[in-house]
Amino acid sequence: MSHQPTGARRTYVTVYIALVLLTVCTVLVSYVNLGMMNVVVALLIASVKASLVALIFMNLKSEDRLVWGFALVPIAFLALIMLGTLVDTVLR
Amino acid sequence: MSTPPSGHTDPRIALEAAKLGLWTFLATEVLLFGALFTAYTVFRVKYPALFQSEHLKLNRSLGTLNTIVLISSSLAVALGVDAIRRGKARLLEKYYAVTVLLGAVFLCVKYIEWTEEFHHGLYPGTNIFFSLYFMMTGVHGLHVILGMGVLSYVVVLSRRGRFSGSYHTPVEIAGLYWHFVDLVWIYLLPLLYLIG
Repeated sequence: MSHQPTGARRTYVTVYIALVLLTVCTVLVSYVNLGMMNVVVALLIASVKASLVALIFMNLKSEDRLVWGFALVPIAFLALIMLGTLVDTVLR
Repeated sequence: MSTPPSGHTDPRIALEAAKLGLWTFLATEVLLFGALFTAYTVFRVKYPALFQSEHLKLNRSLGTLNTIVLISSSLAVALGVDAIRRGKARLLEKYYAVTVLLGAVFLCVKYIEWTEEFHHGLYPGTNIFFSLYFMMTGVHGLHVILGMGVLSYVVVLSRRGRFSGSYHTPVEIAGLYWHFVDLVWIYLLPLLYLIG
């Protein structure tokens, strides 16, 4: 019956523990004043967590290139929208 | 009866097609939340001091608790999908029921937070930070409610014996949607509660 390697459940639980630890980590760091670095560290940790969810929980790591395209292209568009809007509002 | 299986009838290709369809939907979702994230970025750059002072008024402990709740719900979904891949429908139903329950816990905590904020005179119209906060958590909350509905429906279908180890497409794509809802919150926690 098994379509998945038996290690799948163990991987999910390991990722879960990593996600909880990273959450605790990002909350603790937020109490330390690092100036501008607070934003960088918080977004970096959030992106590691988001990647874990996408790659393992959403199984993106085993998907083909077409699915990867549909996952990544909107992020590129979002970056473009943000950049364009920021250039307009900051430099106006 | 000799029609060759097409992309919609061959179960293996159908699952791939359905997953791609769901990822396409998620692409539109990225841009929906993206508009809010863009607005957030622009106003944060414009009014850094306001964001700094206002974000401290949020309940950081409850925000963190809710993050743990959503991450746990995502684990339950992943384990539920794994269960049905091994053909265990009863186990899938249990895991998805736990997810729906955790979604309800999340909404209760959110309700407590909003009530607390209204009590302190903090409304969507108070200032741009709280406009964004209520809008972003509100739109996200709607996604949680929708996700709970979808997952509940999957449980109902499973009880009727619709899913097996070889066919469980709705289980997989409903799970993908729930993980996305978790993913959005992963960014909302630092942006709203931690760095304002």
